[in-house]
This record gives sequence, C-alpha cells and structure tokens, in this order.
Amino acid sequence: MTSQAPPAPPVQAIPPTAPRDAVRPPRWVVPAAGIVAVVAAYLAFRGTATLPHDDDAAPFRFVNDVRAWVDANRNQSPVFLFFVNYIRLFVGGLYDAFLLALQAPGWAGLIGIAAALGWLAGGWRIGLLSGLGFISFGVLGLWEASVATLALVLTAVLLSLVIGLPLGIWAGHSPRLRRLLAPVLDVMQIMPTFAYLAPMVLFFQIGPASGAVATLIYSVPPAIRIAALAMEQVSPTAVEASVSLGATRRQTLFKVELPMARATLGLAVNQTIMMALSMVVIAALIAAPGLGSDIIRGLTRANVGLMLPAGIAIVIMAIVLDRMTMSAAARPPYPVTGGKARIGPRLRWAVAAVLVAAGLALGRVLPAEFPEEWVLRFAAPVNEAVNWAKFSWYDVTDAIRNFITEVLLNPLQAVLTGAPWWLVTAVAVAVAWRTGGLRTAAVAAGCLLATALIGLWQHTMETLTTVLVAVVLTLLIGLLLGVAAARSPRFAAVQRPLLDAAQTMPAFVYLLPALALFGATRFTAIFASVIYAVPPVIRLVEDGIRNVSPAAVEAALSCGSTERQLLWKVRLPLARPAIRLAANQGIVMTLAMVVVGGLVGAGGLGYDVVSGFSQRTDFGMGFAAGVATVLLGILLDRITQGADRRPSPRTSDRTTTRKKRIA
Amino acid sequence: MTSPDGVAIEVRSLWKIFGPRAERVLGGPDAELDPDELRAKTGCVAAVRDVSFTVRPGEVFVVMGLSGSGKSTLVRCLTRLVEPTAGEITISGEDVRAASPAQLRDLRRNRVSMVFQHFGLLPHRKVVDNVAYGLEVQGVPRRQRHERARAILSLVGLDGFAEARPDQLSGGMQQRVGLARALAADPEVLLFDEPFSALDPLIRRDMQAEVVRLHREVGKTMLFITHDLSEALKLGERIAIMRAGAIVQLGTPEELVGAPADDYVADFVRDVPRSEVLSLRWICRSPADDEHLDGPALPAGTIIRDAVPAVMESARPIRVVEGEELLGVVDRLDILTAMSGRAGTGS
Amino acid sequence: MRIASRIRLLAGLLTVGLAAAGCGGATVDTGTSSAQPSTGAGSSAPAAGGTVKIAINPWAGYEASAAVIAHLLEDKLGYTVEKKELAEQVSWEGFENGDVDVIVENWGHEDLKKSFIEEKKVAVEAGSTGNKGVIGWYIPKWMADKYPDITDYKNLNKYADLFKTSESGDKGQLLFGDPSYVSNEEALIKNLKLNYKVVVGGSEAALIESATQAQQQKKPLLFYFWDPHWLFNKVELARVNLPPYTEGCDADPKKVACDYAELDLDKIVSKKFADTGGKAYELVKNFQWTNEHQNAVANDITNNGMSAEEAAKKWVDANPTVWAAWIPK
Repeated sequence: MTSQAPPAPPVQAIPPTAPRDAVRPPRWVVPAAGIVAVVAAYLAFRGTATLPHDDDAAPFRFVNDVRAWVDANRNQSPVFLFFVNYIRLFVGGLYDAFLLALQAPGWAGLIGIAAALGWLAGGWRIGLLSGLGFISFGVLGLWEASVATLALVLTAVLLSLVIGLPLGIWAGHSPRLRRLLAPVLDVMQIMPTFAYLAPMVLFFQIGPASGAVATLIYSVPPAIRIAALAMEQVSPTAVEASVSLGATRRQTLFKVELPMARATLGLAVNQTIMMALSMVVIAALIAAPGLGSDIIRGLTRANVGLMLPAGIAIVIMAIVLDRMTMSAAARPPYPVTGGKARIGPRLRWAVAAVLVAAGLALGRVLPAEFPEEWVLRFAAPVNEAVNWAKFSWYDVTDAIRNFITEVLLNPLQAVLTGAPWWLVTAVAVAVAWRTGGLRTAAVAAGCLLATALIGLWQHTMETLTTVLVAVVLTLLIGLLLGVAAARSPRFAAVQRPLLDAAQTMPAFVYLLPALALFGATRFTAIFASVIYAVPPVIRLVEDGIRNVSPAAVEAALSCGSTERQLLWKVRLPLARPAIRLAANQGIVMTLAMVVVGGLVGAGGLGYDVVSGFSQRTDFGMGFAAGVATVLLGILLDRITQGADRRPSPRTSDRTTTRKKRIA
Repeated sequence: MTSPDGVAIEVRSLWKIFGPRAERVLGGPDAELDPDELRAKTGCVAAVRDVSFTVRPGEVFVVMGLSGSGKSTLVRCLTRLVEPTAGEITISGEDVRAASPAQLRDLRRNRVSMVFQHFGLLPHRKVVDNVAYGLEVQGVPRRQRHERARAILSLVGLDGFAEARPDQLSGGMQQRVGLARALAADPEVLLFDEPFSALDPLIRRDMQAEVVRLHREVGKTMLFITHDLSEALKLGERIAIMRAGAIVQLGTPEELVGAPADDYVADFVRDVPRSEVLSLRWICRSPADDEHLDGPALPAGTIIRDAVPAVMESARPIRVVEGEELLGVVDRLDILTAMSGRAGTGS
Repeated sequence: MRIASRIRLLAGLLTVGLAAAGCGGATVDTGTSSAQPSTGAGSSAPAAGGTVKIAINPWAGYEASAAVIAHLLEDKLGYTVEKKELAEQVSWEGFENGDVDVIVENWGHEDLKKSFIEEKKVAVEAGSTGNKGVIGWYIPKWMADKYPDITDYKNLNKYADLFKTSESGDKGQLLFGDPSYVSNEEALIKNLKLNYKVVVGGSEAALIESATQAQQQKKPLLFYFWDPHWLFNKVELARVNLPPYTEGCDADPKKVACDYAELDLDKIVSKKFADTGGKAYELVKNFQWTNEHQNAVANDITNNGMSAEEAAKKWVDANPTVWAAWIPK
C-alpha cells in the first residue's frame, strides 16, 4: 500500500454564495463605476482643494528653528558634547586610520597588496583583476581620490559589519527581534539616499565622518538582513546535533552556525560593500572626500569629461571589490580533492607574500606619487564626443524628451497637482485597499495626509508623476527584454553579463549618459532611473518566467498550445508573483533615482532636498522633503508589495532578490 | 535476549504543548481535547501527552508512530532539546528537568547522545573532526580526540575515511559518521531519531544490522524512534506505539502483534507476518484428551516459523514448555493456520 | 619620512582625542578628521609643506581664482592644496570643523558672516578679490532690440508666452543654474507677481549652453546670470531691470522684491588658518585681481579644453608682475 495520497482532484471551488451569483453584477462594474466616479469628481472639483507649494510653510520654519538651536548649542548641549560629537570624532579617527594605513605602503605597495588579496581570494584571475584595477586608479589620474574613497568605504563597511552582523545574527535567532527590525529596515531601504544627508550635516557637520555615517546607514540594512537570512539557512539538524552533544551556545555559534553560514555571510559583506560604494559618491555632497567629489563636480558643471574618469574608477573599484568578496565567499572552505592539481596553502601564501614584497620594493624605486606621465587624460576628447553626440543627435534626443514631457509628464502632472488632495488620497487608498487590504489602505492614507501636513503636497505629486512615468517605461522595457531573454537562451547569454555589470555599478554613474544626452531636465532623471532600474526588473521577470513549473508548460504543450499561447496563457500568469516583485523593485529604485535626479533638473522633492543642504534658508524644506520622500516610498512600496503578498506569502527575503544572485 | 532489570531512563507523565499559554492548557479541561479541537480552541498543539515509560539499561526501546504522532518531540524532550511542559524525566537516576544548564550540558556531553534523521553533519569539517566534535566541545585536546575518533570510525566500518569531507560520502556512510559521533563520548544512552528513514531500503537494512551489531558489541541503552514497523519489530525489545502524542500501547513485539490494545494498533500490525513475530506461546492450546504428550518439546518463546522443522519431523504435537511447566501443544495444523490463515504475505 | 610623519600625526590625533575625553565632552573642532599637518597641529610647521583646504564652489570664475591661488601655493610656496568640491553655504560649515580653510570668492552672504564670523568666531574676512560681482536676470540682446520694453520687469508678464517651454508648462520659463547659487528667484516671482516659473538647469554649463543657443538660433530665453563672467565677451546679453536695490531690501529672503546688490567679492578664511596659516594665509590675503584676469582663466577652463591647473599655470606664467605682489616676503 502506498502512503502517498492520490493527486488531489482539481479544486472545483464552488463558492458558498453561488446562488447569489446570478443577481450579482459582472466583475468589471465596480471598478468601472469607481473610475467613472473619480473622473467625474476630478472634472467637477479640479482646481479646488489643491495644496500649492509654499516655500515658507510652518513646518519648514520649525525645522529651521531646530537647526538654529543645534547650531547654537553644538558646543554646549551635553547631547552633543558627550555623544554626537564623540561619534563624529570616533568615525573621523577611524577614517584617518584607514587612510593612513592605505597610504603607508605607497602606491606600488598598495597595488601589490591588492593583487595579493585578489590572489588569495580567487586565484590568479582575481589577483590580476585586482592589481590591474588598482593600477587603473593611477592611470586615470585619480590615485589619491581612489584611496580616499576606499578608506571611506572601508570605514563605513567596517562599522556596518560591526553593527550589522551581530544584529543580524541575533535577529536570525530571535523572531521577535526580526519582527521589530523589519519595518525599520524597510524604511531604511526605501529611504532614498539623498533624504538623510541634511540631518547628517545637522548632527555631524560636513566632512568624512558624516559621510561615513550616512554611508553606514545606507549599507547596514543588507548586512543585517542577509546575516539573519544566513542564520536561518543553517541546517537546523546540525545545530541540534551540536546542542545535543553538549555544546554551549557560543560553541554552537562559532563552530557550527558561523562556518556553515560562511557563504551567505560573504554575500552580506559583498552587498554591504556594494551599497557603501554607491553611497560614498553621494556623500561627496557633504564633503566626504574621494572620487565622489569629481563626479559631483562633473554633475554640477554638466561636464562629462570631468566625471567620466571618476565614474570609471568607481565602477572598477566596485567590480574589483565585488569579484574579490564573491570569490572569497565562494571558495570552498577546504581543499578540493581530485580534479586539477591544487595549489597548497603554503604556496598560496608564498605567492601573496611575493606580490606584496614586489609592490613594496617597487615603491622604494619608483617615485612616491603615481607618475604623471603614466596618467591617461581624456576629458577633452570625451567632452568633444559628448558635444558631438549632443549636437548631432539633438533632434532625436530633443524629440524624445519633448514627446515624453508633453505627452506623459505634463498632462499627468497637471492632473495630479490639479486634483483636490482628498480625491488623490481617496484613489490611493482605494488602490491600496484592493491590493493589500485594510492595513495597507490605512498606511496609504497616513502617508498622504502626513505629506500634506508637512507642506509638500505639490512637490510630492510632481515627484510621483516623474516616478510613475519612469516606472511605466521601466516595466515596459523590463518585461520586453525579460520575456525575450526567457524565450531565447542566446539572447539571455548576451544580456546576462551586461546585467551583471550594470548591477555592480553605483547608481550615480547612470546620471552620466543621461546628462550627456539630455541636459538637465525632468526627462534626464527619468532616463537615468530607467537604465538604473531596468536590469533588476529584467532579471526578475526572466527568472520568474523561467521558473514556471515545467510540468505546467509540458501540460500546456501537450494540449497543443502555440508558443504564443504558452507565453500569454501559462508563463506570464504563472510568473505573476515575480513580475509583481519586479514592479515593486522597479518603483523603489526609480524613486531613489528620481530623487537623486534633483541634482540634474528633476525638480520636485529631489530638488528640495538638494537645495535644502545647499541653501540654509531652505534647510527646513529640504529636511521635510526627505521625510516626504520616505513617505512616498512607503506608500508605493506598500501598495505594490501588498499586491505581491496577497497570493502567497513572500518566502524569500527581499534582500536576496533586491540586488543579485546568490552565486 | 532480555536486558537486566534496573532503570536507565524513566519518563513520567511527560507533556509538551506548543503554543501560547501552554501551561494554562495543561491544568485545565482542555488537556483532554482532541488535537484538532485543541488547536482550534487555543491555538496550542499538544505534541506529547501524558507519556510514561521506563527503559532498562542496555535495552533497545523503540518508539514508533506515524509522522505527527509526537515521537520526535518526545525524544527531544529527554535531553531538553525541546523543553517539556510538564512531567518527570530521570536518566541514570538524575532528574533531567531539574538540571542546571551546566548539568544539562554535562548530561549531553557524557551520558546521552543522539543520532539524527538528516545526519546533522558539519560540511566544513573533515569526517574525523565531525566525529570528534563532541569531545572538542568538552575541551579534549586535539590529539586525544582524534585518536578516539579514529577508533570509533573503525568501529563503525569507516576506516580510511577520516580525512574525507561528509559530502564526499554516501548517505549510509554519512549516517555511520553520525553514529560514530554519537558514540565518540562513550555515552550510556543513545537516542536515535528516525536515523535510517532518509536512506535507501538496502542501505537501511545494512544499517539496522549495524545497530544490532553495535548493540551487541557495546551494549548501550538505545532509544530508537521510527515510523517503520518492520524496523521497530526488528530492533526493539519493547515498542511503544504513539498516536497523537500519547502512547497507545507499550509491549514486546509479540504482545503488540498478538494482542493489539485497540483498533489503531491492530490496523498497524495487520500486515505483519505473524509467524515471524509470534512465539508458540501465542498459538499453543490445551492438549485434547486424545493427544499424546510425548512429542518434542520447544520453549514457549520459540518463534512460530522456527518451529516448522520440528513440527514437520514429528508426527506428534509439540509440547510448548516454559521451564518445566507445560503451557500447551501445537501441531502441524496449528502452525499452518498461524502461517497462512491470519497471516499476510510477508516478505 | 612621509610615513613616519603621518604615524606621528596619528598618534597626535589620538592624544588630542584622549585629551578631549579627559576634559568633559568634545566640541566640534576637537581632533578634526583628515590630515592637516601645518594648520591643525599648530606645530613648528615649516614654510614648505602643510595642507591648505580650499573650498571649490561650482562656477568657473570661482574655480579660476582658486586654481591660481592653489597653483601659487603649491608651486611657489610648497604647500599641498586639497580642493573640496562644496556648495557655497556648505563651505562655510567647513570653517567650523576644520574641513575648509579658504573660500576664495564669497558673494555677500551677510547672514553667514554674522553667524560664522561674529557669533561663532570660526572665520575671518581676508580682503577683497578685486572682483565686482552682480547677479541679475538676463535676456539675449536681440530680444531687447526686438521688444524694447521687455527689459522692464513690469512688462515681463506681457511676454511670458515667448518664454514658455515644455518644462515650464503654461508659464514663462526663468532658467536658473546650480541649486546652491545665491537665489531670490522664487521670492521675486512671487512678490512681483510674475507669471513665470523657475526651471533649474542644474549648472553653470546649462545656463551658458542655453544662452549661446538663444543667441545663435534666436530663441527667447530669460535666465539667471552673473558678472564677472567670460560669457559677456562672447554673447551679447541685456539685463532685465528689477526694482532697484536699496539697503536692506533683501533682509528677509522670503520677502525680497528688489534686484541683487552689486557686491565686492571677498575672501573668507577660517580663524585657525588666519592664526596659523603662515605664508599661505598671507598669500590668500594678498590675492587681488581684475575681472579680466578671472575671465581669461575661466575662459581657458571652460572653452579651451584646459584643466584648471593648466589654465592657472598659463596665467601665472603670463602675468608674473601681477602675482609677484601677492607672494609674502
């Protein structure tokens, strides 16, 4: 007798209310009626109950007063004297220490060390990559700036890991702490990087310390999340076996859980570094040293040639650190027997030592500064090329820009800013209710009301417009390419490395081509956020379609479906959770980029934030805009995630899909 | 084969209730509810309900039940890997529930070890370090614990695999490592939590034989959890059958097969080839008046199937004796009836 | 050598931190980050060596002045110069914690002077740059010729339609530059009841590009700009007359309804740098040149494909008599 139950018969869900179905109106009636009502209400009340922007709103003035108080009491209030200023001192000191440590071996020595670390992490390929990568910092003429950036990244990453890993490990063991942390981390991850620069300046002033703290805030959530995930993934039997043998909690942690979670913890380190790298660029706005400074300089002067070398250096640094940490994490913790002859540990260390020694020795011979004649300067030709492109493609780019602006942006913005605030709120609440239930509706209502209260309704609507247009474009492109990749392995094979590279790049780099082609307008931000958000969307869509149960596909094929029918009737519907997740990711990433786009003409909240920390009188507005951005982020995230959550509880942690594969 | 009297493990009125406010359920009338009703009413799951039994030193005691019957929770309660809600547990005279964390660790390190269904090996350590893990956490120096681990490895037939990694071994070999790890600290009691259910049938049989052999050689007290009746019958001196957290019957294999306590147990043992489990005691009858009582004698404990040759050779009924006392007789017809009539096909 | 001195510095930093810990709380200027051998430690820093931190505000004229000063500091006095890419007002905050030593071209900012110089006493004025600066609203000259009354702000609403773009919607566009620039634009539009919208180009480059196009292609353009700027030599511009500036009319930034004041651009340095900066401070204080000088360097940076350093070197090589007076004896 088999213990297996016979396959369950297809569930013929006969709803208990079946008889009433006869008198029930068709399903489309309610939404249609809703839409008609909204349109009617809009036409009737357009222009009333709008909340036009006022630079001098009371909440802004309040924040300005707070700032004035802080400014006046920075050296008197005990909170600052004994707490905030010490943090600043400590983090600044840490940065200095890293900087000195990196500068001490000289440039040749540091290249040798980098190559040695690469070699230890992943053999000669990574060693070579790492060595060449570091050399390129010098060749780009950015040695000092790169070292400063590296020091800042290391400072932020070290602090992130020191805080994040224990917290994550603890959260991995304590569901209560996990529940407590989840919303906080959600907010931290939704919060666009820009939003917390102003508070940083308020508390820690400008400089590397506040840059490192800002970076830390940005890079600590993945450390916590992935560390918690790593703990959950450890085989419970192994833990139980350890406990059953009388191991203490400490012994179990250090001898069983941490070693078994090594690969995933490696991913946590990797992600933390990646996040930190994309943040240190933005931190340059508050005088954090390094490559970001050059990029900001290029952005504020619309000078692509200025920022390109720094952009390339950042990308190279990201690739080197990414590959190094990934291969270190993926390295089997023990010698693999069989296969190619392996290099013994002694030889490994010997080679590493030789590399370091060679670097240090060369440093004695070579000049102390990276030789000027080895530096490759290409700002001028790049600017020429950009100018050429700008002028010769002007008609095309201008047409695209104007089309999107006139056809999508302006009408939508007119509707959103012209509609009464209660109507917009009502629609958002209705959508939230449908996708996520009562709680989501309440969150949506709360977010929008708070936005109105802090005096940023109109700018929030402007930003929302930009985000919506960008998201529509992102999803369109993402779906097309994702479906194409899922259907054609050859296409996927071409696309995959491009996506890999794209996802290693810090967000800021995407502003570069956008700025080059479109100047500083709202569309520039849209363009940048589309190229920023499309890669993960493609990936999620592709994976979602690929992971559709082969049995379902087989069944459909055996019924004689065409490829087309298969796609529309089987694959896409079954991939819906993945597509919803893609939409969610797309929205969160787009929002982040649109806000950064405030630097290049995106307007709305992003601009408020930018002017908030560059104009003292607008500090309050900038601060409030940061808050409004977070509120908008939560609103959009909840609405889309609610949609994602409804059919099936999310099983995988968000961070794993957020940025990349677990290789 | 019987074990000497005495008590290795004693469990009395053990309860484990998962869920909020478990203690409240325990004292009140809800404790009597059906599992489903209890869950619906309180959100609690009673995994172990009022379980009592004793295990004698050197005995192989099997707890058998289907999945969800609470047997795995029960075995984890014994060393408090799962904290019991109520009841008493005594292992070698020590009150486990009253033990301090240090005492508990001592118990786990030196006196009770466990073998797990999914092995629970540490993939990042060599086999020898897996086996030596228990000694390592006790602080035994490296050389000594490796020495001991290698000795144990050869005991379980894994000579030459000390330097391998667990994932280079087959499932059966991995479980031998698990077994070796449990034996390394030379505990008095071994707990097995469905150790072979993840293995292929053939390997499972080898491993069962291995356990029998080890039991013979090292003579540990063993508490063995399984959902496989034939495994239970093969290994167990006594078997406790669990259902919905409670023990429904506790007895020797013969008692279970011969006299099921209720329909549940009867249903369970229905397909067991009775002639291979029951002894003559269960089928002997009072001699009829005209029968000759001079046939060969067999002890009452003889398994029915083993009595076949004797019955075949003798024209007379066989006398079933216990010591000097005559319990009854069996003849060919009785044996055949026992083997065919109420027996299943067997394997 | 270098390494040893740095290690000594680190030890010094730690000592400062510990000392601060010992005496009740840390103020913002204790133990600042990043290396600052000469100015920070106040040790017996020799004339050669030491680091000067110059804030770089985002416009070409400023960069030109900064580049020349930096070149002289490095080339003639042997200092190391750290350029910090910062917005105007953010730069001032750098005085407080030691991240900025010098602002080489300050546009007014009376409120900041009050706060940082008078109240906090972390900065001091270091004299005029010799440049006169004025901010204003400009249109290409052909527009002033074609619509003679357009240069009066009162008539701007009449011509608002001309300035409409896809970014400004149904209002006229007033193109603005970098978000961090001194700006009364929003207040002016509101208080003068103009039917215009401020559109932020984001950079000086965006303004220049638009102005150039406006001249070449006869496109209407109203934009924020300032003098001194080399652009005036290339593109003919006309200034729109806003209500004239009177003393104090810009006191409340939200209520401004008058034109920008003509400013005597000056240099601001941190108090610490003024006290311990030695020759570097002397040089900054002595620095003074004309609008033509600045425009020449800025023009080279922006239009002739030179880096700031190259342009500065070219000017220094060509004008030894001008800068010789700045070098401290």
